[in-house]
Amino acid sequence: MKILSVSCTGYEVFLMRVHPKEILETIKMVSNENLDIRTVTMGISLRDCCNPDIDAFNNNIYEKMTTHAQDLVSTAEEMQSLYGIPVINKRLSVTPISIVAESCGEDDLTSVAETLDRVAKDVDVDFIGGFSALVHKGMTRGDAALINSIPKSLSGTKKVCSSVNVATTKAGINMDAVAQMGHIIKKTADMSKDDGGIGCAKLVVFANAPEDNPFMAGAFHGVGEPEVSINVGVSGPGVVNSAVRALNDPSLGDISESIKKTSFKITRMGEVIGKEVAKRLGAQFGVLDLSLAPTPAVGDSVAAILEAMGLESCGTHGTTAALALLNDAVKKGGSMASSSVGGLSGAFIPVSEDADMIRAVQRGSLSLDKLEAMTSVCSVGLDMIAVPGETSASTISAIIADEMAIGMINRKTTAVRLIPVPGKDIGDVVEYGGLLGTAPVMAVNNFSSEQFILRGGRIPAPIQALTN
Amino acid sequence: MVSNRFIITAIGVDKVGIVAGITQKMADYNVGIIDISQTIMEDMFTMIMLAGVEEDNFDLSSFQKAMSETGKMLDLDIRVQNEDTFRFMHRI
Repeated sequence: MKILSVSCTGYEVFLMRVHPKEILETIKMVSNENLDIRTVTMGISLRDCCNPDIDAFNNNIYEKMTTHAQDLVSTAEEMQSLYGIPVINKRLSVTPISIVAESCGEDDLTSVAETLDRVAKDVDVDFIGGFSALVHKGMTRGDAALINSIPKSLSGTKKVCSSVNVATTKAGINMDAVAQMGHIIKKTADMSKDDGGIGCAKLVVFANAPEDNPFMAGAFHGVGEPEVSINVGVSGPGVVNSAVRALNDPSLGDISESIKKTSFKITRMGEVIGKEVAKRLGAQFGVLDLSLAPTPAVGDSVAAILEAMGLESCGTHGTTAALALLNDAVKKGGSMASSSVGGLSGAFIPVSEDADMIRAVQRGSLSLDKLEAMTSVCSVGLDMIAVPGETSASTISAIIADEMAIGMINRKTTAVRLIPVPGKDIGDVVEYGGLLGTAPVMAVNNFSSEQFILRGGRIPAPIQALTN
Repeated sequence: MVSNRFIITAIGVDKVGIVAGITQKMADYNVGIIDISQTIMEDMFTMIMLAGVEEDNFDLSSFQKAMSETGKMLDLDIRVQNEDTFRFMHRI
């Protein structure tokens, strides 16, 4: 029997609920355009785990984290099955370790990173963020211990991510910390040199770090957060790319409108899933972070969206303007769709994770300087950029300082995740695999910034800080 | 509250017996048809069904598995998703 047409009495009711075309649109987003819940990140407060004995402290955090997170992965997988939207990563974030491990009085906090890595393995999460310190105005003993433990911790563990906040709009830039981070990044790269300096892919230096961001490597559970929270990161550069490319000779206003509508839809879907995960795990629903996070998959690219707007190759003149339009439209669509939009919410431009971005670097249209300009209009910053292994610590610090200044003055989050790849030079390519992708080694400015960085001290809080 | 209604979509090349194969499997799992529509979209046969279950502890994952096996036999891509996915994305 072949049914040629079917008509039921309920058909109109069905149509009123959701049109078949809309159903197919959603399915296409998932099957062809890589729409996904990029991450469900559970934030866990470790404030009640402090103990003067570091072994007791490590036991406390292991017990607390494994208790709260034991059902995270299975619940996220249930959601994937129920709603038919892939949940790619399950992650944990914790209170910055520099704060909770401070009372141990230890100078080496590597054992804490190892404990976190063991938790990640035992509850089967992809990453744990929060091996972090907030030092935008100065450093305590615990902060110093944590920062000095970063190279060994990141090279000795697989799933631990670290971040250091060195600037805020309210406090200015801690240039002593910026100078130190140049050395820490070099050392981290050197200690993981057999893997292309991959330790640095798990280390972010921030200005105005958000306390509830679910994305790695910069996630941590801020001190103003509840006991346990669920933050969800939704992604979909491929969906936005397809939507823009489907338009017939659009004006820039049409493009903005289309991106806004698409973001709205993606965000709505993320919210329904996030709230349900939080409910089932007995956690508070925190934020929905709508960030266009590219993957190496074809078309799942932020650079491709910019090129769809009419640029021959990402990085050419007009790129910053196109990215500003994109980032703003994403935020507008997201903010209309959910009251919980937070975190970073915008477009990410991690070079190694975006196939069209890599191509743009290789054909010479995208430089480090242009990327820096782009970060002033999009979320986050210089992300997953490989530079020559010979780059000096002071040059890395100076790159960080520039990026922090953009964040500080524009009251936004900016970040630096640079990899000075040991033994590699401009034009070489480093393969990291998975979501981290392939990094072309990019040129840095060869003139020295050493004297500027050596001066140390603080860049005072800008006039933008005086809002009270 | 998660809805107890599901959208079942089957996409592939049109052939005799598609609806029969799918609805038989649904009956096995006590899944009722609330509404059904089929159309050709971009040269592909597309069937969309709104289905409902009565039981509170319905075993969704084994039903999904059975449907995807049916899909393999009929050379179709069959998905079973909660209706909220579509309702939240397209309706305020």
